[in-house]
Amino acid sequence: MIEGIFVEGLIYGIMVLGVFISFRILDFPDLTVDGSFPLGAALMVQCLLLGMNGWLALLVAFAGGVLAGVVTALIHNHLRVPNLLAGILTMTMLYSVNIRILGNRANVPVLNQPTILTQVTEKFTGIIPDEYILLVFFLIVALVVKVLLDLFFRTDLGMTLGAMGNNEQMVISQGVNPKTLKTIGVGLSNGLVAVSGAFAAQYLGFADVGLGQGIIVSGLASVMIGEFLVLKSNRIGVLTLCALAGSVCFYAVMYVGRFYGYLIHMTPSDLNLIKGVLIIILLIMTQAKKLKVPFKVAK
Amino acid sequence: MIELKNVSIVFGQGTVNENKALNNINLKVKEGDFITIIGSNGAGKSTLFNTIAGTYTPTDGQILANGRNVTRDPEYKRAKYIGRIFQNPLLGTAGNMSLEDNMTITHKKGMKWLRRSLNNKTRELFRKELVQLRMGLEHRMKENLVMFSGGQRQALTLLMMVLSKPSLILLDEHTAALDPKNAEIVLELTNKFISEYNLTAMMITHNMSHAIEFGNRLLMMDGGEIIFDIEGEEKKALTVEKLIQKFHELRHKTFENDRTLLAED
Repeated sequence: MIEGIFVEGLIYGIMVLGVFISFRILDFPDLTVDGSFPLGAALMVQCLLLGMNGWLALLVAFAGGVLAGVVTALIHNHLRVPNLLAGILTMTMLYSVNIRILGNRANVPVLNQPTILTQVTEKFTGIIPDEYILLVFFLIVALVVKVLLDLFFRTDLGMTLGAMGNNEQMVISQGVNPKTLKTIGVGLSNGLVAVSGAFAAQYLGFADVGLGQGIIVSGLASVMIGEFLVLKSNRIGVLTLCALAGSVCFYAVMYVGRFYGYLIHMTPSDLNLIKGVLIIILLIMTQAKKLKVPFKVAK
Repeated sequence: MIELKNVSIVFGQGTVNENKALNNINLKVKEGDFITIIGSNGAGKSTLFNTIAGTYTPTDGQILANGRNVTRDPEYKRAKYIGRIFQNPLLGTAGNMSLEDNMTITHKKGMKWLRRSLNNKTRELFRKELVQLRMGLEHRMKENLVMFSGGQRQALTLLMMVLSKPSLILLDEHTAALDPKNAEIVLELTNKFISEYNLTAMMITHNMSHAIEFGNRLLMMDGGEIIFDIEGEEKKALTVEKLIQKFHELRHKTFENDRTLLAED
């Protein structure tokens, strides 16, 4: 049971890292996430059903997510649509696209297909106790993604992305086109979200078009919890670690709510309300503490 | 260097609020010029800068940079050779990033890619450059810029801009938001850098004596036009009184209101 809590938090943690990039580093509130998460799941499941290698399928899911993000960024950049609306547009369109990818169905299972997870489980059976295999695997995956991101944000390009979220005029003054940066950043963010969706689909054993519903709220709540864990730091390594830790905490709470909520007559449909209330509480606490959120715009 | 040919800017064209912010401006900025610009509020000084920098596209006319037509080039493209400092000292730097990160981003213009140019060698380079500011910032390379004062940040913006070797720098009242002591320091640094690095510069100021003291050329603007353009020995002979007199002659306006706007000290 306990490993289930962590596994979920780590799988969704990759999505939280994506949300962290768009909301915190780029200061680009991107709602495409609600569509790119099931997009990753749908692409993964369909590629597996076509007999594709799991890691290759993961790459396809990532590419699909990047494309979704790029579409949002292009709508925002070239049609001068506010970023929130651009994200909603892409998210709405993705709903139809996802159903198409799933072959005009809302839900497609992969239960009898070999996935990355079944391969990993087979390989390590006997070496690690069965119930911990996935936990260890996802811990490694999440940390690898985190370290790669840390390295990325320490390059010149990564730093400039951070500067743009902080002060767009400065980036323009450096002769860099902020539109290009936004496209790269939002693309990367959604690529990660899609990868998270792809892993979620394998873990759950199906892809569902409704998987992404409210995922942005979960992602944001996780980011905020993470920021609560460690106070004030602008070191990217600390920030991404916080995002992951926030995700694990958030999904642990949700897990407990799902399994033990009935004790207080709570149903799974109440969880969305709980998520929203959680964010509101976090906002109030943040204000009360006058805690400065890293990478927030100073205008 | 930069040349404006018959440049006009009209805001809200065809509406009741139509406003001619720049009216048929012709200006040739020569290499090595240090031009100060004065004029009351709404004279078109900032619009002129925004037009040169590419924030606004002219309604009419042409802008040439080194003989090339750049009228339609977006701001970020022109930023590669035009450096700009704003009145708001926070606009030139990213507050929630460290000093060394800021310098890494600014020390070369243009798109950044996946290399990491911040290393001990560049750190040493940045440290040496920072010494020029004489603010002790070379010992605070890892600190976030939110910890720095407005004056320090404006001085940094100036230094980082100078290091990128722009062919023209635009200073839009860059000391106006600072306290008198810091304003003086930043202004002195500006003057020092411009002569040391032999830069071509344009500076908007509300301070008439600064406009007279600094630079080799002076422009006076009013109602979207350059009404007075003076340089060399003639400019050196200027005094605040003569300048006010000149404005009166040219515009036949009572100076009572403008005198307060064009503050004398």
